[in-house]
Amino acid sequence: MKIVVLIKQVPDTAEERRLDPGTGRVDRQANDPVIDEITERALELALSVKDKDKSTEVAVLAMGPEETSKAIRKALSMGADSGIHILDPALAGADITLTAAALAAALKGAQADLIIAGNESTDGRAGIVPAMVAEHLGLPLLGALASAAIGAGTVSGERLNDAGTQRVSAPLPAMLTVTESFEEARFPNFKGIMGAKRKPVTTLSASGLGIATEPLSTVIDLEQRPPRTAGRKIIDEGDAAAQLVDFLVTQRLI
Amino acid sequence: MQNVVVLIELTHTGHVPASARGLLAVATRLGTPVAVTVSEIPLEASTVAALGELGAVTIHAAHGPSAHSILVAHLVDALDAAVTAHAPAAVLAASSVDGREAAGRLAVRTGAGVLVDVVDAHSIDGKITTTHSVFGGNYTVHAAVPGALPIITLRSGAIDEQAPAVTPEVLNIELAAPPGTVATIDSYSDAPENQARPELRGAATVVSGGRGLGSAENFVLVEQLADALGAAVGASRAAVDAGFISQTAQVGQTGVSVSPQLYVALGISGAIQHRAGMQTAKTIVAINQDEDAPIFEIADLGIVGDVFTVVPQAIELLNARR
Ligand SMILES: Cc1cc2nc3c(=O)[nH]c(=O)nc-3n(C[C@H](O)[C@H](O)[C@H](O)COP(=O)(O)OP(=O)(O)OC[C@H]3O[C@@H](n4cnc5c(N)ncnc54)[C@H](O)[C@@H]3O)c2cc1C
Repeated sequence: MKIVVLIKQVPDTAEERRLDPGTGRVDRQANDPVIDEITERALELALSVKDKDKSTEVAVLAMGPEETSKAIRKALSMGADSGIHILDPALAGADITLTAAALAAALKGAQADLIIAGNESTDGRAGIVPAMVAEHLGLPLLGALASAAIGAGTVSGERLNDAGTQRVSAPLPAMLTVTESFEEARFPNFKGIMGAKRKPVTTLSASGLGIATEPLSTVIDLEQRPPRTAGRKIIDEGDAAAQLVDFLVTQRLI
Repeated sequence: MQNVVVLIELTHTGHVPASARGLLAVATRLGTPVAVTVSEIPLEASTVAALGELGAVTIHAAHGPSAHSILVAHLVDALDAAVTAHAPAAVLAASSVDGREAAGRLAVRTGAGVLVDVVDAHSIDGKITTTHSVFGGNYTVHAAVPGALPIITLRSGAIDEQAPAVTPEVLNIELAAPPGTVATIDSYSDAPENQARPELRGAATVVSGGRGLGSAENFVLVEQLADALGAAVGASRAAVDAGFISQTAQVGQTGVSVSPQLYVALGISGAIQHRAGMQTAKTIVAINQDEDAPIFEIADLGIVGDVFTVVPQAIELLNARR
């Protein structure tokens, strides 16, 4: 079985993230770039399939600037077999529509039985790219899974939404997205890090993929919110509950 | 007035979801709402009435036996048909699991543009502009898709409006088998309905608990304070990971974003990823025994104390006031 995992490099959520006021795009300079944790969990799922069946081939696909190659290398050092990097300065301002088209075009040549992605990224939070990729490829999608069983010809799992859970399944080839209910990713070990250097990474450009580079969406303007400041802090000396209730009353919150 | 197609995700038991009110309110602001529903049998009169109450002028009601056994594909087909039939100026769906998938597939199928996780939308001179709250509310961004049909996913709970009631015109449409291979829904296990407690998304008051609660049994304290305040219940990711409460209660970067009038954080340290989901609350109260906990940096009232001491006392005082 061949599994392709979509990984995304994002600004680290552990620090304050910024938008470029001029373009409205994510300011990539402001934070350390890291692999989005949810896509690491997606990779972990693929690697767990490979742990059980060594014939499984795991490739990772990422789109992004030069520095995205570091995310791909990390994925290879964790155990992926190969990488595909969509790298093109013309795609720097890619919106969701363009990103989905580029990823789908790269996947067309990848012959995957299963495509795994995270349910939503921490920077875009759109949660819509996987469905768009699936539509481009004409594949069924099991989105937002809490668990998955990957068989020879089918994939099934539990899908979580506000109404409850659904047991869902689809024949392969298919696509699925993981939620945070999935395992955290393994750490790369020394052998993995050394071995990653010899693993192949293919670079693809927009023209090579035969896709347009003109985004559909535009940012009209943006405004930064002033940071929140601390209010009153009290230490409980037996009357904190009473002070809390007084506060709620004076603030007309109860 | 231009039409606006709105996806209303009826549950498999036929309920109108909480997201419908805000979706139809925005659609009414942008034009004439055409609600799209998918159900096994033609809509019951009570469902039509409920949608009319929320402002659905037209209901494009697709029905067929596989409505609830095929995953998302029928929603996309019904939306696609509605776009063809009603030539809308925009399509709206909830930023829910199904809503996002249906919106994404529809955008690819129709060559439309997408505007996601929208907290507000306006039409100025016929041009639709959306408002987005980015990076935990640190930025407010306005965006548009000038050359294409905008497909908008609306953050649930972001809109606190209700459109005037109308008497809907119902167009009954039979579902055809979706093209291509599809994913199937083999069974449902519904979340227990808690009628007494408000939904987390859009709640005016939220009480959240973190790892500091220590156990699922102790987490009941969070629920008790929530009930005393008429609040929804939230949680930190650490509390979800520890199994104190369901993942759907997670507030933060990778959970729900809330903007209530009052947010009460109990035993939550205030990690930046938690703050990303609640720092736009009007008033924040935090109870934490560590006086250096980062949650105090954004709390309007910070109480350095033990939740197991302060919260039971507060519940007693609140209940005594009633
Ligand atoms: C990519 C990514 C996404 C994330 N997304 C989210 C998210 O969506 N939501 C989220 O919440 N986190 C998220 N996190 C995790 C986040 O970084 C923190 O780990 C998490 O918020 C911590 O939860 P907590 O405050 O409950 O636990 P802790 O940080 O362990 O804090 C527990 C607090 O309880 C206090 N406490 C203990 N006992 C008591 C007592 N008896 N009385 C009073 N106080 C007490 C302690 O002083 C401490 O401050 C994310 C992390 C990453 C990397």
